[in-house]
Amino acid sequence: MIGIQPIDQYARDISDEKQASVIDGSSKGTEKRYHSLHQDYPDPDAIRKLAASIKDHTLHHLGEYLAKAEESLTARGVNVHYASTDEDARQTILAILRQHGVTQLTKSKSMAAEEIHLNPFLIENGVECLESDLGEFIIQLDGDEPSHIVKPIIHKNRRDIAKTFVREGVAADYNDDPETITRRARVFLREKYMQAQAGITGANFVCADTGRLALITNEGNSRFGMAPVQVHIALVGIEKVIPQEKDLAVFLNLLGRSATGQQLTVYTEFINGPRSANQPDGPEHMHVVFMDNGRTDVLASNCREILRCIRCGACQNVCPVYRQASGHAYRSTYGGPVGAVLSPILFGSRFPELADLPKASSLCGACNEVCPVDIPIPDLLLRLRDKAKKESVPSAGAIPMSPFATLATSPSLWRTAMTMSKAMNHLPIQVAPIKPLQDWLGQRTLPDSKGGDFRKWMKTHQADAARAGKAP
Amino acid sequence: MSRAAIFAKIESATAMVKAKAAYPEYDLSIVHSQPRLQGADLWEIFTRNFSAVNGRAMTSVAELLDFLKQSSQLHGYCDPLLYDDIGAQLAAAGLVVETEYHRDRYDDYQFGITRASGAIAESGTVIIDDDRTSHRLAALSPWVHIAVLSRGEIHRSIPDAIAAFGESPNIIWCTGPSKTADVEGILIEGVHGPGEQIALVI
Repeated sequence: MIGIQPIDQYARDISDEKQASVIDGSSKGTEKRYHSLHQDYPDPDAIRKLAASIKDHTLHHLGEYLAKAEESLTARGVNVHYASTDEDARQTILAILRQHGVTQLTKSKSMAAEEIHLNPFLIENGVECLESDLGEFIIQLDGDEPSHIVKPIIHKNRRDIAKTFVREGVAADYNDDPETITRRARVFLREKYMQAQAGITGANFVCADTGRLALITNEGNSRFGMAPVQVHIALVGIEKVIPQEKDLAVFLNLLGRSATGQQLTVYTEFINGPRSANQPDGPEHMHVVFMDNGRTDVLASNCREILRCIRCGACQNVCPVYRQASGHAYRSTYGGPVGAVLSPILFGSRFPELADLPKASSLCGACNEVCPVDIPIPDLLLRLRDKAKKESVPSAGAIPMSPFATLATSPSLWRTAMTMSKAMNHLPIQVAPIKPLQDWLGQRTLPDSKGGDFRKWMKTHQADAARAGKAP
Repeated sequence: MSRAAIFAKIESATAMVKAKAAYPEYDLSIVHSQPRLQGADLWEIFTRNFSAVNGRAMTSVAELLDFLKQSSQLHGYCDPLLYDDIGAQLAAAGLVVETEYHRDRYDDYQFGITRASGAIAESGTVIIDDDRTSHRLAALSPWVHIAVLSRGEIHRSIPDAIAAFGESPNIIWCTGPSKTADVEGILIEGVHGPGEQIALVI
């Protein structure tokens, strides 16, 4: 159907208030992030290239490193599970919870868990599952979806949140002061932490040599969520493995700076087993669920570089399309440039439906410039556009380019069209009953057509130049 | 079943990679931040970077006592092993100091004094590990957390601290007080964990 692509439609329909929040939230802190790298290092580019090569090496030898991580974890008393699909992952986690008799848990922010829609599933199955990251907590109260990897409620303002708190009984009265909002969540959530029997987390990195999971937060929610409980379950994408602990220094120094302009996020936790025998707080049982869910398809594709991603959100912050359209416009867990590459392959069966995403970019390259693992996102977007073309996947709402292609590849047709285009200057095309034309003209003013005058000029110019004995 | 399937898919995907990337040999000095490492000694470097993330570095129990009194944080927990050196002095000044942490009264503790196993000068971080600290919760639920360490336990850089991980199954780096910027990007401290992070050297 000719019309408008879904992402464009979304950008058009977004409310002014939401768009203002997204533009403000994504552009804020850009300088801070830049300076945190460039003031600390003479050549930050060398560090991100190093990070990219460590990730590429790991991905190219993923079988070895994943097996090694499993071995390291198992040796330290951790139960390791594997899940091929989202459904496998949900069932595996539910079975672990049932095994330990868990009916209530808190969960710290995890994109992997978002990807498999873990919360609603657990709740349907009778497990109270509460998000503990402030932003994710608000998302859960609203039945909404996060729209940014690092800043899940970038699309909401303080008034939205204050209303939610009253509606959901977190607060007795309306108060939109950010500090009050935070204190109210603090009081509400710590009671939940203390009642819970398990904590679910993701992991930012897994070191193959010792099995150590690195988990980062600023709020301290994952630490708190795990301190009073007996069971820790970490849901981890298989691409999170890195060769050794030594490499953490490279990635941690890049992740905090690229995500929020911090050298390190406040809490960086390293876990490779149940709590120490002398420690009264912390889980006695630790489970790691390694999830594929499309990652091996990405690994087999010509866009495997996207698996280097360490989920810092920097590409979202700088992307002009993301800023205008918001993360929700990408209609999947991962929005922005990384999502435009990852989602169509990761959720392969949805490729035709998401095929407009790789086109939603001007290929300006800002995403690659800020990427801490140097993912060539613009190149990957082009590869996906090519894939859509080769597989003849129609993109909903796209204006077909084939008539233009016919025109542009035949010189005589082109000349005729050029001459005829002069007639357009005298026709009221703005009112022509052609929907896509109207859509297009709705936001643009066409210059008058010169009707191929350049060709005429060039011909005369060449003839003049030849007469003068010069090269044109 | 999933395990075998996943490894088979990884195997076939990586077999398609013609030029496999080698592991890069690199020197960790590449991630040392020279401006952050400026300073005469590790304590000076640590305090500068710790202050930059809104942590408070203290060198005496008297200083801690002043701070707790001024901020009206008068009831807390102290690791029994640190009671003689620190807790007793606070108790003598009239503060309520418990050496047992009771979860059912988590809101009673306004401060928590626990052992840190070290610090990182470069990033202004205190390190807590399971093997050496008495209660994870006592470092989390009180508004003020006092991490106690000795000068000799400060690592120069992040790579140094990683190299010293050892065998503890749980290590946490705390770089300042708990914070969020989720609401309109505005920085608020004291979200779930402490709103004041103190490092006290003894």
